[in-house]
This record gives sequence, structure tokens and C-alpha cells, in this order.
Amino acid sequence: MNPNYYVVLAAILFTIGIVGFLVRRNALVLFMSVELMLNACNLLLVSFSRVHGNLDGQAASFFVMVVAAAEVVVGLSIIVMIYRARHSANVDNENLLRY
Amino acid sequence: MTLLEGLTPVAATGLFPLAWLMIAIPLVVAGLLLLLGRVTDGFGHYVATLAPIASFVVAVALFAGLLGRPEAQRAVTVPMYTWIKTGSWTVEANLLIDPLSIVFALLVTGVGGLIHVYSIGYMAHDPGRRRFFAYLNLFIAAMLTLVLSDNYLVLFVGWEGVGLASYLLISFWQHKPTAATAGKKAFVVNRVGDLGMTMAIFTMLAMFGSSSFEAVNAGASKMSPFWVTLLGLLLLVGACGKSAQVPLQSWLLDAMEGPTPVSALIHAATMVTAGVYLVVRSHAVYAETSVAALAVAIVGTVTLLAGAWIGTSKDDIKKVLAGSTMSQIGYMMLAAGIGPTAYAFAIFHLLTHGFFKANMFLGAGSVMHGMADDVNMRHYGGLAKSMQITYWTFLMGYLAIIGTPFFSGFYSKDSIIEAAWEKQPVLGALALIAAGVTAFYMTRLMFMTFWSRKRWQEGVHPHESPAVMWVPLVLLAIPSVIAGMVMNSWIGGWLAPAVGGEVPVGVSWLPRVSVIGLVTLAVVIAGVLVAYLVFGRTSIPESVPYTRNVFTIMGRHDLYGDTFNEVVFMRPGEALTRGIVALDDGVVDGAVQGGASLALGLGGGLRRLQNGYVRSYGLTMVIGVIVVGLALVIGRLV
Repeated sequence: MNPNYYVVLAAILFTIGIVGFLVRRNALVLFMSVELMLNACNLLLVSFSRVHGNLDGQAASFFVMVVAAAEVVVGLSIIVMIYRARHSANVDNENLLRY
Repeated sequence: MTLLEGLTPVAATGLFPLAWLMIAIPLVVAGLLLLLGRVTDGFGHYVATLAPIASFVVAVALFAGLLGRPEAQRAVTVPMYTWIKTGSWTVEANLLIDPLSIVFALLVTGVGGLIHVYSIGYMAHDPGRRRFFAYLNLFIAAMLTLVLSDNYLVLFVGWEGVGLASYLLISFWQHKPTAATAGKKAFVVNRVGDLGMTMAIFTMLAMFGSSSFEAVNAGASKMSPFWVTLLGLLLLVGACGKSAQVPLQSWLLDAMEGPTPVSALIHAATMVTAGVYLVVRSHAVYAETSVAALAVAIVGTVTLLAGAWIGTSKDDIKKVLAGSTMSQIGYMMLAAGIGPTAYAFAIFHLLTHGFFKANMFLGAGSVMHGMADDVNMRHYGGLAKSMQITYWTFLMGYLAIIGTPFFSGFYSKDSIIEAAWEKQPVLGALALIAAGVTAFYMTRLMFMTFWSRKRWQEGVHPHESPAVMWVPLVLLAIPSVIAGMVMNSWIGGWLAPAVGGEVPVGVSWLPRVSVIGLVTLAVVIAGVLVAYLVFGRTSIPESVPYTRNVFTIMGRHDLYGDTFNEVVFMRPGEALTRGIVALDDGVVDGAVQGGASLALGLGGGLRRLQNGYVRSYGLTMVIGVIVVGLALVIGRLV
């Protein structure tokens, strides 16, 4: 099996995720970008698991999904709380933690 | 040279085990007076006066005990206790009663007792009287520790004890800034001498593993020439500090700020002679090193000239006597430096000087008492009539110090000049000249104080001091006259076993007629005549006359001793301190504070990175990842 397409696809997805994370301001979009990067990684893990013929990569991708789900739970609740307080999910407004 | 071996101490029997009482009585009284406080204000001075008298009684009993022993057994060790026992070192705090220490004990307690009696009158109206007597007793205890110890380490305890008592008593009137400063000066100058003393003791401990006189005497002849010379010079430094010898003389003149009985007891009769005691006690060391012995003689000669010179130019009666004390101790040091033939003369002169100088100092105190505490001789004059007892007793001291035949100073000083003349003609000649100068300045003092016309200030009515003050004067005037005759034939033989001298022969109470003796007498008469011509025939001005005489100007400024110290030690010391402060402020603090500012600046700069924008953090992470990734890739490729 040729993993090239999968690697290229993962790279494209990861780049979209990074660019999205760096240029967008809405917290929810940032979250989706992070998920995109995680899934790009998952895609790579699964592809190379197949290439090497063992299940280590697939097991690792499950861990990534579980951690991502947990993170979403915490992250979304924080975003909801911020939105309730400030009626906005713009991350550039949330810059109080600075020097 | 067999006599140089000295005596081997024997165990104490009979009364000798009680020797510690001499030290303990004044020490306990001093402690009681200081601790009990005002309760003892009313009677404390009587108790304190009884203490040295009690010690004197013990000393007389021990002296009689020594007299009753055969000559070879006249050194008794009184074991006390083991002071330090560590590793291979054991320091016993023992007392040594031998012919040398017992005459010192008699002098300290005898003259000390009389001065205590005198102080009852002199300090009668002083609010600090109890404290004064407590310190005096502390001094007596420390001085006895110094002279009775059988090793240098315990001697050093007494040495520091008398230094402490001296400091406390010089600055006794501490409300006067001059007195407080004088006390500090004495303390600081004495530290320089103590440095020599401690180094000498370290040398002994390193060389012999013990600092006892016995071990040092036995070991001195086995030392290498370098070490024995060094030891001799270090002991000399110690002696210079305590005995106010050049170059450590500057404190003694200022020490006259203390009450006059203190000047008499500590800064004339006893403590300042401790240096002479030290040198004589270390005779075995000086026997091995002609260099150090010569250094002692030279220091003595320089000091005896310098002291006499200062004495000629001062108007403060106590400072004249202080210069004279320096000068007379110079004679003793000269004798101690000459060697075995003159050790006994050094101690002889020390004893006679103790009598006549204490007598004259107390006399000066009595004059001050009558003159409303004025010390300026230009305000005196004609006191011979108004203070007859003081005058006559002072006259005895005067005749003794200038070396009038049959008076005490005549025997002791002429012996020193003769011995110096035989061994070191140059030093002998200088000592001879100083004898003339001594006659000159003492005659000047007599003219200015007792003989010339009255120059009293308004409101001053001189009167004779009370009996409690003049009785000690009379009791000190008697030995000032007869001590020389009484001791002349005896002292040499008595001290010979202890100081390693030779037993003199053919000495009696009659003065020996010799060429040098006659020359000395002629020089003394010349000194008296010159003083008569200068001060006896013309009237003495009440204010200090202007003079172009270089000698007078130098004398008035203490031969620029203080200026010398200031230029050579104080100013460079200050410059060094300022340099070190600048170094500390500039370099050390600069490095520390510069490091701190650097960290602060860096932190301030780095802080800007924390801008609170999530995107910016994200970008930083991306850049980091790219850098790490590139590094990995390049690492693979290379």
C-alpha cells in the first residue's frame, strides 16, 4: 500500500488547521482547527499502522481521540462561560493574562 | 654561665600554698564592689584599700619565707589548677614565687596600698569613687597575676588584665572627650604591643610545646639563631607597647588624663614597668641572641633620651612626670639589654623609681588638689611655703631622681650608666647625657612649681592636703631616700639566681667612687645649674613664651610622635580604607548590582512576549516546531 496520498492529505489537513488556528479569532473556529490538526495526526497514525502491519498506531489514535474528547468537554465549557460573561467568543478580547 | 641556668622551682610548703590569696583578695573585692553596686558606696573604698594591704601582708610573709630558705631553694612553684588540657598541651595555672616575682609583688601591693590610702582623700568627692576603687583592685589583681605566673600564657592574662584596668582608669572621667580618647589610644597602641606578645607566645608553644618559664629557659639555648632572635624581638615589641618605649610611646603622655593616683600607680610605678619585667624574665632568650639584646638596649636608650627631651618642654606637671617615666623606664630597658651584669640594676632602678616616681606623682596630685585641679606649672610658683609637707616629700623624690649621692636613684641609675659604659660606650654616653637632661627638667619643674614667685590664678588658694593624702607621701618619701642605701649591697645577690646574673662582690651602702660616677655627678650638677640659670634667676612667664628653639618646639609636640603615627599609619590607613570602600562600592557592588540590573532588563524584555494573544503563542509554537523539525532534517542530511 502506498501511503503517499494519505501523508499528503494529512499534511494538507494539518496546514489548514495551523493556518486556521493562527488567523481566525472565533474560539469555536480555533477549536475546530485544533481538531483538524489532531485528526491529521490520527490519519498518519492509522496509515503507518497499516504500512507496518501492526496495531500500535491505531491504538495510539484511540488515545488521541479520547484525550481530544476530554479536551473538548473542558474547552467548550470554558468557551461557554466566557461567552456568557462577555457576549463574545473572540479570543483577541481575552488577552487579560499578559504582562 | 652556670648561673644562667637559674633556679629549679621546688614544691610549695608552709605558707606558700596561700600565695593565691594575694591575687584573690583584690579580685574578689573588685567583683563585690562592681556587683553589689550602690550598697557599697559608703564603705567600699575602705574595703578596697584593705585588699592590697592584705595582699601586702601575704607578700611580706612569703618574702620572709624565701629569706629563710637556702639560696638554691628560693623558687617555689605553687600549683593551682590545670587551665587548659587539650591533646598534647597542658597549661597549668601555677604561681611562681622567686626572688624576682616577690620583689614585684611587694612593690605592687606596698606602693599600691599607699596609693589606695591616698585615693581615699583624692577621690573623696568624686561620684564614681566606688567604681574607681573597684578598678584599682582589679588592677592590683591583674598585675599580681602578671608577675606571679610561672608561664607566659597566664602572664598574658594578667598582661591583658592590667591593660584593661589601665584603659578603664585612663578614661575614668569618661564624660571628658579627651579622657575617653586617651583611653582608646592607650588601648589601641597596646594592641600593637600585644601582637608581638601573642606571636612570641605562639612561637614558644610551637617550639617547646609549653610556655612555662622553665621550659623556655631550658629550650632557649637549643633554638636556632633565627628563631631565638625572632622570639627576643617579638617579646621586645610586647615590652615596648606596655612600657611606652619608642616607637609605641605615644599613649603614655595622653594617659595622664586619668586621675592622678592612677598615673602614679599604673603609669609610673607598676604597670609600665611590666615590659622590663618581661625582658628580665626572658633573660635566657636574650642570653642567646645578642641582636635582640642590643635592640632592647637601643630602644631603651632612644626612649630615655626622647622622654627626657619631652620632659624639658612641657608645662603640664603630669606630662613632665610622664616624660620622665618614659625616660626612667628607658634606663631600665637599657640595663635589661646590657645583659646578665645589669639585670639586677634594671630591677633595682625599677624598685627605686617605683618609690620616688609614685611619691612625685602623688605629690603632683596633692599640688593639683590645692590648685583647683590646674595642671599648668605656669600657674604655680612659690608653693614650697603653702604646701610644706608636699614640698618636702616632693623634694626627696626630686633629689632621688636626679641622682643626688646617698639618695635611692643615685645608686640604681649610676649602676646602670656604669654598666652601660663598660658594655656599650655609645649607649653609656647617651645615658650619661640624659642624666644631665633629667636634672635639668626636674629642676625646671621644681622652680616652676615650688620655688619661683607666685603666679596663682584668681580665686586659687593653695592649702596642704589632708593627712590621708600626705601620710602616703611621707611613707613613699622615706624609701625614696633610703631604698638605695638599704638595697644596694643586697639586691644583686638576691636577684642573681632568678635573673641569671652574677653575684656582685664588694658592694656596700657606700657609693663606689669611680671616674664615670664622678662624671655623672658633674653632668647632673651642670644640668641643675643650667636650669637655675634659665628658670631660677628670671621670672617665669604665665603664658607659653614664643620660641624659635627647635628643641623646645619639638619637645612641646612630643617629638612629633603623634604626627609620625598620623602620617605613616593613620593617613595611609585611611587612604587604604577609602580605596577598599571604593573597590567594594565600584567593583563588588557593581558586579552584584550590575548582574541584578541585567537580569531585570532581560526579564523586562522577555516579559513583552507574554502579550495575552493566543495566536501569538500558537505562532511561537509553530516556529519552534519548524526549527526543531528543520534541525532534525538537517541532522539527517549531514
